[in-house]
Amino acid sequence: MRFAVIVFPGSNCDIDMFHAVKDELGAEAEYVWHDEENLDRFDGILLPGGFSYGDYLRTGAIAQFSNVMDEVKKAAQAGKPVLGVCNGFQILLETGLLPGAMRRNESLKFICQPETLNVVNNETMFSSSYEKDEEIVIPIAHGEGNYYCDEETLKQLEEENRIIFRYKNNPNGSISDIAGIINAKGNVLGMMPHPERAVSELLGSADGLKLFQSIVKSWRENHVLSS
Amino acid sequence: MSYLHEPTAEQIQEQKLYREMGLNDEEFGLVQSIIGRLPNWTETGLFSVMWSEHCSYKNSKPVLRKFPVDGERVLQGPGEGAGVVDIGDGQAVVFKIESHNHPSAIEPYQGAATGVGGIIRDIFSMGARPVALLNSLRFGELTSSRVKYLFEEVVAGIAGYGNCIGIPTVGGEVQFDASYDGNPLVNAMCVGLIDHKDIQKGQAKGAGNSVMYVGARTGRDGIHGATFASEELTEASEEKRPAVQVGDPFMEKLLLEACLELIQNCDALVGIQDMGAAGLTSSSAEMASKAGMGIEMNLDLVPQRELNMTAYEMMLSESQERMLIVMQKGREQEAIDIFEKWGLEAVVVGTVIEEKQLRLLHHGEVVADVPVDALAEEAPVYHKPSKEPEMFSQFQNEEAFVPTVESKKETLLELLSQPTIASKSWVFDQYDYMVRTNTVVPPGSDAAVIRIRETDKALAMTTDCNSRYLYLDPETGGKIAVAEAARNLVCSGAEPLAITDCLNYGNPEKPEIFWQLEKSTDGMSEACRTLSTPVIGGNVSLYNETNGVAVYPTPVIGMVGLVHHLDHITTQYFKTPGDLIYVIGETHQEFGGSELQKMQLGKISGKAPALNLETEVKRQKQLLEAIQNGLVESAHDVAEGGLAVALAESMMNGNTGASVELEGDLVSALYSETQSRFLVSVKPENAKAFESMNEDAKQIGFVTDNAVLRIDHENEEVLAATYDELHSAWKGAIPCLLTSKA
Repeated sequence: MRFAVIVFPGSNCDIDMFHAVKDELGAEAEYVWHDEENLDRFDGILLPGGFSYGDYLRTGAIAQFSNVMDEVKKAAQAGKPVLGVCNGFQILLETGLLPGAMRRNESLKFICQPETLNVVNNETMFSSSYEKDEEIVIPIAHGEGNYYCDEETLKQLEEENRIIFRYKNNPNGSISDIAGIINAKGNVLGMMPHPERAVSELLGSADGLKLFQSIVKSWRENHVLSS
Repeated sequence: MSYLHEPTAEQIQEQKLYREMGLNDEEFGLVQSIIGRLPNWTETGLFSVMWSEHCSYKNSKPVLRKFPVDGERVLQGPGEGAGVVDIGDGQAVVFKIESHNHPSAIEPYQGAATGVGGIIRDIFSMGARPVALLNSLRFGELTSSRVKYLFEEVVAGIAGYGNCIGIPTVGGEVQFDASYDGNPLVNAMCVGLIDHKDIQKGQAKGAGNSVMYVGARTGRDGIHGATFASEELTEASEEKRPAVQVGDPFMEKLLLEACLELIQNCDALVGIQDMGAAGLTSSSAEMASKAGMGIEMNLDLVPQRELNMTAYEMMLSESQERMLIVMQKGREQEAIDIFEKWGLEAVVVGTVIEEKQLRLLHHGEVVADVPVDALAEEAPVYHKPSKEPEMFSQFQNEEAFVPTVESKKETLLELLSQPTIASKSWVFDQYDYMVRTNTVVPPGSDAAVIRIRETDKALAMTTDCNSRYLYLDPETGGKIAVAEAARNLVCSGAEPLAITDCLNYGNPEKPEIFWQLEKSTDGMSEACRTLSTPVIGGNVSLYNETNGVAVYPTPVIGMVGLVHHLDHITTQYFKTPGDLIYVIGETHQEFGGSELQKMQLGKISGKAPALNLETEVKRQKQLLEAIQNGLVESAHDVAEGGLAVALAESMMNGNTGASVELEGDLVSALYSETQSRFLVSVKPENAKAFESMNEDAKQIGFVTDNAVLRIDHENEEVLAATYDELHSAWKGAIPCLLTSKA
């Protein structure tokens, strides 16, 4: 399976995502510059964290206009897995691939710390390797991770079982403790915690690895079926 | 300093306008004799900024010469953007620390942010990939709203820059003392990794080669920043807010990536240097001077973001995120293409010339024409008078302070909640310390450790300085600062390699201050020699005074060590119940400058704790060997607050407790700050091997599973505190101080 790691000017977790996929997962990965106009050669798209364009406007507000984002939308449309982490999640919200918006953390401060998450839904292509309600430790590192959506959207997310991860101890004020959500089709996941930073016990946790393994597992199953 | 009507050369002389720029009468006379005529406004500006203490080290050179700068592993000592030390496998580590005290006192967020930005540029201008940031901060007591504001904004500024550019801030230290009330210290350190083949020099070689300006445009911000940094802060300093620059970490991220791409892929690059303090002036003059050449620049070509900038303003601006590079003639386009990819400007602004002059053209006229060596090398060097302050002999002759302690437990809890000892997680939780996913030991332990990808090695790093000891006894305190930094590294499993230092002092024109500078650097030099950790670079920040009162002498040590194998990485936290707890080193009754003295008396006095460097080296070597042999589960240096605090800190991961039995004078055993001591835990099966290797180790107890610290003395329990009690005192202190009303 071949992943694209999209690099915007100001992305800074691109290298973490790349190494997580390549070194720890053993899949193929390639950095893709923001002006790329064709992503057909990839089976999965990874939008890494960072501060695209400095995030001087709203987070992700400028990155959504990059050339590559049309291709990301196309990939999402085609059912390919699209994972946005941190700034990647913020960009997915700005493009409308996921509903809701991000506000500044309730404390108004940047927070970097390991966080315990509950796996709310383990029946997705991103979470199938976890147990339902499993507690996993994945770090967060953000200043604007306070997820918000209106009541109707929240109801819909809950009814359609689209909340994948919830914080055990909500660190940032996110509505309904939301840490990660997927789209209706189930192939676009946005999350503030960084699974790519939790792929090695040496660095404190390897709980994020199963997320990437889930993606590969799902791709293999589909790939075998379709071929 | 209006730009509409620049004073004439004669007016500058007659009205002594050069004084406003920081030049004194003798220095102005010297400039005149060097160039053989009166300098014009721009030229006076060039000299004043290059001859400021910040750029020329004119007051500190005599003491800096004492530092040992050579070592087997040293590839680049002081003199370039940063020092370079070999770590094997064709790789090297590059690091440097720098101050941004004055700007941070006036505009704390931007002052701190641009301090981080500046030190990062020093590292990548050497060709290295920055991999970690550290800092060392000093503030007044956290009781006034002004100090709280400075503290919060400085931390936010460091976080804002480091997090955005994506370099993990992995460690540092923060201390609080009234002497820093109006003059906080903000020292930022950056560590980079490089392959030997990529090491760059800031040299403008080869007549005819092109001098190119890359990065952000030049504005009027930070004009005379270096001069401002070389004078005392007063109430009028607020007016110098325009001398503080504004940082743009996104721009620097692009500049960093573009410069590294250029360095690693383009052999037409001749030299590269950061436009830091004194901006375009220092970068051009120093690059030319180091290469024995000159530079001619046409200022019309300098990218500008404001209208009608004068030559004076352009040369003295300290706008951020700019670099000066020299490219081989005819191959400029290669640089332009790389910078264009990153959305940055790269513009030819001048040429390297044989004649060793810095010649500036503006609107078709020569606006400055002065010798580069005079700017970069020939600033006068002052051997300032030095005088031992009366205070020192008073401290030395004072009867030793012997504290009385009623409740051992309450005293420990109170010590843990002193802001200097208390948990700094309020600070470092705001720093992204994990980005780049190499951080093995995050902030909070003795030293931070980051792995080196594709090897089995790691780097340990720390910043350290207990300025209270230096205030009481600068020579001993200077030794302790270096020794303690090395202790931190050894505890984490690393071999100390070298140091970078940031010398923060008051006004060197006062003999008592210069004496502090002299004595403390004597102590540091001796410690560096004995510990085999040469000084590979650093920075001097003098004039740290507010309304005539100096900060404590604060030579911050930034030290980097090599962990030879990932298996050697050790933290301070107890691991497994049943492990044996040892203290290496005996304890004396030493409370001069201690946290307990400060807490009980509200001030410090007396003798600093003694330090024997031979003993220090022996214990460090023996402990490191034991760690490298896999015999040690945890290691922690015994520092502020003494052994009781060290024991509590070793429990702060929350899984374990400790039961120990102490001997001798109990108050000393618990709280004395005797040097060269370590708190170590060892598996019972390794006890014999460990003891045979560490001759000064003595078992005092064992790790327990009940999350309680229990201390016995003469068969009686004298202190029992639960993890929750210890943790809440330690963890809650700083947030509590920040939210309480001033």
